[in-house]
Amino acid sequence: MNFTLKIWRQKNVEAKGELVTYDVSGISPDSSFFEMLDTLNQTLIMTGGDPVAFDHDCREGICGTCSLYINGRPHGPVKGVTTCQLHMRSFAHGNTIHIEPWRAKAFPIIRDLVVDRSALDKIIQAGGYVSVNTGGVPDANTIPIPKEKSEAAMDAAACIGCGACVAACSNAAAMLFIGAKISHLALLPQGRVEAAKRVQKMVACVDTLGFGNCSNTYACEAECPKGISVVNIARMNREFIGAKLFSEKEKVIKVSF
Amino acid sequence: MFLYSSITKKVLMALAGLFLVTFLSVHLGINLMLLKNDGGRLFTEAATFMGSNALIKVFEVVLFAGFLLHIAVGLVVSGQNKSARPSPYAVSNSSDTSPLSKYMFHTGIIVFIFLLLHFFDFYFIKIGLVAPPPGIAIHDFYSRTLLLFSTPWYSLLYIFCFIALGIHLNHAIQSAFQTLGWNHGKYMDAVKFLGSAYSLVITAGFALVPICILFFKH
Repeated sequence: MNFTLKIWRQKNVEAKGELVTYDVSGISPDSSFFEMLDTLNQTLIMTGGDPVAFDHDCREGICGTCSLYINGRPHGPVKGVTTCQLHMRSFAHGNTIHIEPWRAKAFPIIRDLVVDRSALDKIIQAGGYVSVNTGGVPDANTIPIPKEKSEAAMDAAACIGCGACVAACSNAAAMLFIGAKISHLALLPQGRVEAAKRVQKMVACVDTLGFGNCSNTYACEAECPKGISVVNIARMNREFIGAKLFSEKEKVIKVSF
Repeated sequence: MFLYSSITKKVLMALAGLFLVTFLSVHLGINLMLLKNDGGRLFTEAATFMGSNALIKVFEVVLFAGFLLHIAVGLVVSGQNKSARPSPYAVSNSSDTSPLSKYMFHTGIIVFIFLLLHFFDFYFIKIGLVAPPPGIAIHDFYSRTLLLFSTPWYSLLYIFCFIALGIHLNHAIQSAFQTLGWNHGKYMDAVKFLGSAYSLVITAGFALVPICILFFKH
């Protein structure tokens, strides 16, 4: 298969980038999107050119490292897969494919298609810890958890933190990401202990990083490779409103000498 | 306003919006009284009640506050959203989403311009800021309405603005529920359906008055 690629090239965070056109030919329909890019990079290296930088790691759809905004959609045209799980048979022979990095103020471009997604790590760090007992291994099922809750928590925990929700959102908001992270802990008894503090700290953090607000357009849900539902955003809003209105005041003991 | 968290801002906007949505049905109820063939007696009675009742007067202030809050937070939030993606994509977003939900700001602006027009046509006359057209008394809203709607371009503009409002509400009602955290598999489909039905009733109801006047009162 032959393709015309229009790839965003940018030297570094300050440099002005542009779309550069490349032609690739002899691509197998069964090769993955990254194998196609590897082929292009091999050709660029052999001809003394500068290979295209892009993020990738596990190449089996579980690590959340890969990105790429392909023809106007994060992770390309196929629903429920990451770019590394996308195959060239999903495109027609002779297609022009636009490849851009995630674009958001909170995700500065490091080089070409690689963006700095450490803003998402900062949100996780702001969430703090989960209290667990150390000591011997507890017996199984000592903490009863309703099946529906554990399943909803697992669905939320499927988030791989790739940032496709931010890339897809017309406001570059990270609400689906943070909603998933809040939900997967808030639904379980182990996560309830710090739940009220966690949601307030994480929301306060996300507001300092330059993400937009949620307009409930739900592009995030449509593009999430792990099918995370916007119900998690509503749950986060519930947790947040509840924490602001009803959480216990922290007791401050004043010591006077 | 900038100090409130993103979720607090959206919650304020949703609450103000839902309040405005309930106000619309009150206004629609009074407007539909125009269609009763009694020379505007019922309508004028209702308008006089709305203009003189003390409780309604308090709610008038609350209503203005609701509009101001909804618009102010909307502008702040839209500004932040715009600056969250300084360099746009070359190939724009083609994600599978509700297409109308992306035009909340645009439809909001149309509704705001309509609101200004509406103030000049009715409210400013009522409070004495603007002189009524010759031959029409200050509190004679009935004749004023008939006069305005006897101009076809005004009626068309009015209907256009209410189509914009309908588009705005179609997304807004279910969006407010989501923002307030009321999204659940059990009832979200019903909320979406009722929200769309309500916005349709509002647009059709308000548009009915100029259509009737245009086609049947001449």
